[in-house]
Amino acid sequence: MAIVVKRPKLKWYEQLYLPALAKGLRVTMGHFFNLLSGKTKVTMQYPEEKWDANLPEYYRGAPALVTDEQQRERCVACQLCEFICPPRAITIKPEEIPSEDRWAKVEKRPKTFDINMIRCIYCGLCEEVCPEQAIYLRKDYAITGTSREEMIHDKQKLYEIGGVREGLVNKWNKLK
Amino acid sequence: MDWYIILAATIKIVVFVFLVTLPLVAMSVWAERRVSAAIQDRVGPNRVGPAGLLQPVADGIKFLLKEDFTPNHVRKSFYWLAPALTMIPSLLTCAVIPFGSQLFGEKMVIADLDVGPLFVFAVASLTVYGIVLAGWASNSKYPFLGSVRSTSQMISYEISLGLSIVPLLMIYGELNLGRIVMEQAQNGWALLPLWGEGLSVKGWLLAVPLFISFIVFTTSMFAETNRLPFDLPECETELVAGYHTEYSSMKFALFFLGEYAAMIIGSGLAVTLFFGGWSLPFGWLTPESLDAEVPFWHGLIHIGVFFGKVILFIIFFIAVRWTLPRFRYDQLMKLGWVVFFELALANVILTALLLMWLK
Repeated sequence: MAIVVKRPKLKWYEQLYLPALAKGLRVTMGHFFNLLSGKTKVTMQYPEEKWDANLPEYYRGAPALVTDEQQRERCVACQLCEFICPPRAITIKPEEIPSEDRWAKVEKRPKTFDINMIRCIYCGLCEEVCPEQAIYLRKDYAITGTSREEMIHDKQKLYEIGGVREGLVNKWNKLK
Repeated sequence: MDWYIILAATIKIVVFVFLVTLPLVAMSVWAERRVSAAIQDRVGPNRVGPAGLLQPVADGIKFLLKEDFTPNHVRKSFYWLAPALTMIPSLLTCAVIPFGSQLFGEKMVIADLDVGPLFVFAVASLTVYGIVLAGWASNSKYPFLGSVRSTSQMISYEISLGLSIVPLLMIYGELNLGRIVMEQAQNGWALLPLWGEGLSVKGWLLAVPLFISFIVFTTSMFAETNRLPFDLPECETELVAGYHTEYSSMKFALFFLGEYAAMIIGSGLAVTLFFGGWSLPFGWLTPESLDAEVPFWHGLIHIGVFFGKVILFIIFFIAVRWTLPRFRYDQLMKLGWVVFFELALANVILTALLLMWLK
């Protein structure tokens, strides 16, 4: 059944429309002057003000490789992250560690490790899947470039972002 | 000394129209965006120049550099003519508005016509043709509907606009805007008769019909300039962009500028007729008569006062735009033909009776 909406009967001064205009202007001008006097907090002025200090521990920014406390690269080129990466942003070419190397017993390391930041969706699956705790999502979020080539992070760039991570990290704690 | 008159007029035209009004148009676009942002608790454009003041320049460059696309299905001649026809009348009306008292012994009005308001209405009504041509030549449904709406709206509201100032003309017995302003400067503004001869029972009684005519005039002005409570010709929700849907680049900008120029001239006219034009309140710094010598700095102050008032009025325009919802079309027509037309007519009679009684 159709519902008949009852329209309120307006008083004569309400029909004049001008009091409504004054009321409306009071609301809008209130907002206007509150903003001018700085009472209203508006959005962050992004390039000048940044929220970097308040980013949470579990923030998922750019993925990066880390070295351990002995400067050894943690990645053993198992290619699990390449395999799980949903947008296939990661490309790894493994190589054998030569026997005279100090870490020869590790056997494998990545020859090249490229993450295409145009494809990366910051899902963090690479971090979760990594058995060696070698890849982490850091807090860098403004990844920009003027060409496609610039947007592919190679191994050197990834270690630059990642830096050193000491000790074991419990990745599957409450926050993760 | 013909060359002197021509030179003075040329300087006044160049300075007043091209160096003041057009930048004011650009600035009012900026003000519109900043004020609307502030009303909605946003920031608005604040990147280009200090506080975003150069934003209009950036916009202008953008408009000039954009592709000037003419669709295949349009009538080219009319399509090209329409933007100019909306822009030019708006600027032409600048001619009769007195924007100051005197500077170097020269009256600060481009053309000291004795039929000022009539000239403004006559020329301003030509903007309808621009909109009609734009809608018709675009040969597509939304511009057509927009221009039809705009035309009927402007024709309807022109009647109440013209009638609304009749009481004012009756009271001052004058059609020369310069002399109307002078009268107001000496004897109290039309809406604020607080000094001179205005401060009397007669002055206050006559302020009643003037107040009514101010309301009718301002509202009709909103309708004439297609501003928000009456912006049906270009309501985005129904008509995409109304009559300028098919326009791009500088031709679109001309419509845009024409609209804002009309708003500024409307504000200028309202200020001239109802708020004493270039005069300060309480007769401060008012010259003895129209032809009396005015010191240089008084003249400058008068010009500043005029533009200050116009800017306040523009901010009022903007605030109203971001406050009120749009009228339905039948409500708009009803308001124009049933309420304002009758109100303006009754107001004329009321003024006549008051004048007869108070004589």
